[in-house]
Amino acid sequence: MKLFTYDAVSSLPAALAARRGTFFAGGTTLVDLMKLEVLTPERLVDIGSLPLTKIEATPARLRIEALARMADVAASHDVLRNYPVVAQALLRSASPQIRNMATIGGNLMQRTRCSYFRSVAEPCNKRVPGSGCGAFEGDNRSHALFGGGPACVATHASDLAVALVALDATLTLTSAKGSRDVPLAEFYLLPGSSPSTENVLAPGELITAVNATGGPRAARSLYVKVRDRASFEFALVSVAAALALEGGMVKDVRLAAGGVGTKPWRLAAAESALRGQPATLAAFEGAAKRSLEGAMPLSGNGFKTSLLERTVVKTLARLGGVS
Amino acid sequence: MIVRLEVNGERRLVDLPPLTRLLDALRGPLGLTGTKEGCGEGECGSCTVLLDGDPVNACLVATAQCEGRSVTTVEGLGALDGRARETGGLSLLQAAFVTEGGAQCGICTPGMLIAAEALLRETVDGANRKPTDTEIREAVAGNICRCTGYQRIVDSIAQAAALRRRVSPADWVRENLPFAKAEGTRGLL
Repeated sequence: MKLFTYDAVSSLPAALAARRGTFFAGGTTLVDLMKLEVLTPERLVDIGSLPLTKIEATPARLRIEALARMADVAASHDVLRNYPVVAQALLRSASPQIRNMATIGGNLMQRTRCSYFRSVAEPCNKRVPGSGCGAFEGDNRSHALFGGGPACVATHASDLAVALVALDATLTLTSAKGSRDVPLAEFYLLPGSSPSTENVLAPGELITAVNATGGPRAARSLYVKVRDRASFEFALVSVAAALALEGGMVKDVRLAAGGVGTKPWRLAAAESALRGQPATLAAFEGAAKRSLEGAMPLSGNGFKTSLLERTVVKTLARLGGVS
Repeated sequence: MIVRLEVNGERRLVDLPPLTRLLDALRGPLGLTGTKEGCGEGECGSCTVLLDGDPVNACLVATAQCEGRSVTTVEGLGALDGRARETGGLSLLQAAFVTEGGAQCGICTPGMLIAAEALLRETVDGANRKPTDTEIREAVAGNICRCTGYQRIVDSIAQAAALRRRVSPADWVRENLPFAKAEGTRGLL
């Protein structure tokens, strides 16, 4: 591990006054990546003791402060009842040990699991801009169908982010100048030609809360995750869906996919194909075909196209109560 | 940086660089080598300890994060169990790993025991019920074992849950010894 300085702060203003530093909370991503020397921050600002752990999940509104632990949000009965997709995504993430340390803000800021990114011996434009992408023509079984290109095809690793995109969630970002709310779907950036810039956070700016609006759609939501083993594994493909039904018809729907995009991937074409349709298996299958619009399979991940299509059908069928 | 913490019920103090892994604080200055290092990156769970009662990977926890908190390692399990004397200093959970073959090479065992202990506290102690097979498997999903194939570990935890539950001896025999149903419990109690 490289040398760095460490400061613990005990108030939000003190954290925001700390220019030029890397925020440190649960540590489950940062300690690991510092040990691998993938990340070499010069200064850590420990925000772990800030009072930002409140979880509010009424039928009308979801607000989770950034330092709430994954385990606590997953165990909240209000979250499970009113925003089930969030609790499900968290319970299917990582291991109990990780969920007991990792925070919600940290989860959204976690880095890709791309093996080229995680190995300093390999080229990676995310880690060392301009060094190239090992995965684009290399071992890319776990990589993205959507949003990538020759510069980077690394998937976004968070399950929670996929669930939150399906809830139209926003993030509250706070800096010394004040706060702003940004839709989560716009928070993450596509790699384009500068994959090392992953989000719209300004230097010194901190995620302080996650917000979403409740309602029938949020209450009828589901997260389905397909992976190489039954537990404690990242998604090959995952689907978050939120469905509002009225008289057997799809009044409104949100669909987002994980494991397939360079950021949490909203399946907008599939959504519009489904709106106003009867909630039948045939309609779900038709919409699922549209979820592949824009997919660009690589040499090793072509299997993800049919896997995504089937997972969309499975998720909608379970939510809609059809088989 | 001076960090005050409680380890297995005792107040301890260490003076270490703040990002020193809890794992190294335990195995070094605190002298508790029961906690093992496997992968060192949060994948294998060998280094699992309880932090304020919750299982965490001691290889990913900074000692600075433990200020004022309580840590339980495998060394603390026997002493915590009221019935430890009957089992030669082992907790019932540890004894079940011995009798059911839940331990082989031993590297994963301390972490398995701690992850299982957290489950038993939640289900048996907290709700007076046995954990389901799925709950047991999810509780140790973050703990990798290359010897047992897991079944005997799951069996050990299920056995410990049955032993630890506050049930009457007659109910225990009925639930756990199927032949007792046929033969009656008279001779066993």
